[in-house]
Amino acid sequence: MKYVITSAAFAAIAVIVLIFVFIGREALPVFTSPEVHEEVTIAKMVTPLEWRASKPKTYVWQPVSEVPKYSLFPLVLGSLKATFVAILFATPFAVGAAMYSSEFAPRQAREIIKPVIEMLAGIPSVVLGFFALIVLAGWLKDTFDWKYRLNATTAGIALGIAVIPIIYTVAEEALRAVPRQYREAGQALGASPWQIARRVVLPAAAPGIMAAVALGFGRAIGETMIVLMASGNAATWTLPLTDSVRTMSATIAAEMAEVVNGSAHYHVLFFVGALLFVVTFLINLLGEMYVGRLKRRLTGSAG
Amino acid sequence: MAEATATTRSVSSSPEPPRETLAQRSRWKRLLSPLPILTGFLAVCVITMLVVILWNIVAGGVGRLTWEFMTGAPTHGMTEGGIFPAIFGTVFLVLLMTIAVIPLGVATAIYLRYYARPDAWFARAVRVAVNNLAGVPAIVFGLFGLGFFIQFVGRGIDNAFFGGALTFGQPAIIWASLTLALLTLPVVIVATEEAMRTIPNDYLEASYALGATRWQTISRVVLPNSLTGILTGGILAVSRGAGEVAPIMFTGAAYFLPYLPKKLNDQFMELGYHVYVMSTQSPDVEATLPVLYSTVLVLLLLTFALNALGVLIRYRLRGRQAV
Repeated sequence: MKYVITSAAFAAIAVIVLIFVFIGREALPVFTSPEVHEEVTIAKMVTPLEWRASKPKTYVWQPVSEVPKYSLFPLVLGSLKATFVAILFATPFAVGAAMYSSEFAPRQAREIIKPVIEMLAGIPSVVLGFFALIVLAGWLKDTFDWKYRLNATTAGIALGIAVIPIIYTVAEEALRAVPRQYREAGQALGASPWQIARRVVLPAAAPGIMAAVALGFGRAIGETMIVLMASGNAATWTLPLTDSVRTMSATIAAEMAEVVNGSAHYHVLFFVGALLFVVTFLINLLGEMYVGRLKRRLTGSAG
Repeated sequence: MAEATATTRSVSSSPEPPRETLAQRSRWKRLLSPLPILTGFLAVCVITMLVVILWNIVAGGVGRLTWEFMTGAPTHGMTEGGIFPAIFGTVFLVLLMTIAVIPLGVATAIYLRYYARPDAWFARAVRVAVNNLAGVPAIVFGLFGLGFFIQFVGRGIDNAFFGGALTFGQPAIIWASLTLALLTLPVVIVATEEAMRTIPNDYLEASYALGATRWQTISRVVLPNSLTGILTGGILAVSRGAGEVAPIMFTGAAYFLPYLPKKLNDQFMELGYHVYVMSTQSPDVEATLPVLYSTVLVLLLLTFALNALGVLIRYRLRGRQAV
């Protein structure tokens, strides 16, 4: 029985390894296959391409045109823009609520906030995508008079709502990990609770809050349905946050279903997926190590 | 104003000298200083977001939520009729997923709690893997399902048993449910482990004192006592799995099917995917909107109600642990 149980536990490790191997296996032809190289190479993915004879070269993602163009930069920029808005939107709310529930909230208020956050985490992303597409996009366009109804900011705000729970949870844990003695020392010196929160608790928990934001970033950049539905899905190489964007995740979701198995396009999409996986994996690994170390340090110095 | 009078009254009625105590002072500063007000306001904002979203969907969808809607098939290019095929597909999908994920998740939790030494490198690696698995984007699971289950396992089965004829090497409900099982594995592990932590050590010691082996103790004492936790894990996994669309988009979900899935290698319709399809691929979104709203409401009821139930049971479990 012991071996059955142990091998079941091994499955979790095996899955992570298999994800690496099998996504890598389908992405590898981008580097090695001569057939794929007839259409696209890594160099072509990162250099400006000619897209119309009279126009200057630029970065274009047009995988189903006569001459397929696979510039990764518009997709990466799209992901970063939507994620940037999401983090900008989510962080104040999530960290503020975490601070309130760990420092100031009476018990009853805390017992409302925590389940509400967990419920927010329980809303499927396709429902948030629907809400952003049908309701939020209209509100925002009417309020701010934007050119495009679906754009990086609309998608980013919905994405922000989706990552509030993770930022809140990790930030609250970090705030709570600050030992009581720190606060008591502050009180003994005559500091007000506000001063204690600002000068003692916040600096002590700051690395944990940074980690929370980083984990939120990792979650947001990989999130698919919301950006697929609310970002407009135009692979643009422009800076304004109110332009439509196409993210890496949405590109995979939108194009994989229609692609020919084994074609250059297919392998490029796996390559984009591999990039996404590596980025989120590293962020999660670092964030988790960081939070763990912080907690040990804080509780260690308390004991 | 009212606060000021309240302070004076409490000070004058107290037998102590009229100077406020440290605790009192800190309480009033606590209420009046800007940070609690600001952070409290932000917390209220988060609650408001949830309420606005829920209210909008309930108000928009409740009108059409009839028996006919739940049991009928889509008609008129999805602008009329019901969503029964999508409900059926979702239930079928999460059932298969549950069958796969519960044994694996529970076994892993048992390993972490009762077999592994907590500082052993293997146990630590399992933990890191589980935590990282929880952070892998859903779309990457979709790619993995396509690359591993369909292209590798499915094609392998086809070549070995069906003479290469395309049978399992294509999108199917079995591959979609297995992909979801991997995605929800961390949920089950965490919930089960949490439940096992609440089992008093006395139970285990009593069992060992009676001469029971470790496996007997686990199967007769640990498992029956962590049933609620396993149930919670299952509920949370189902609620999560039923709401994920990205992993099933190219592992088995279909745009529209005139029949219900019967075999493991059939494709299927699914609620979340149906919502996506109706809101982005419909030629006339305005005409689809009423049906769309009700579909979202059904999906939300399914995932949200299950999630709330899971969270509730979990809080009660935690309460038991505190006692």
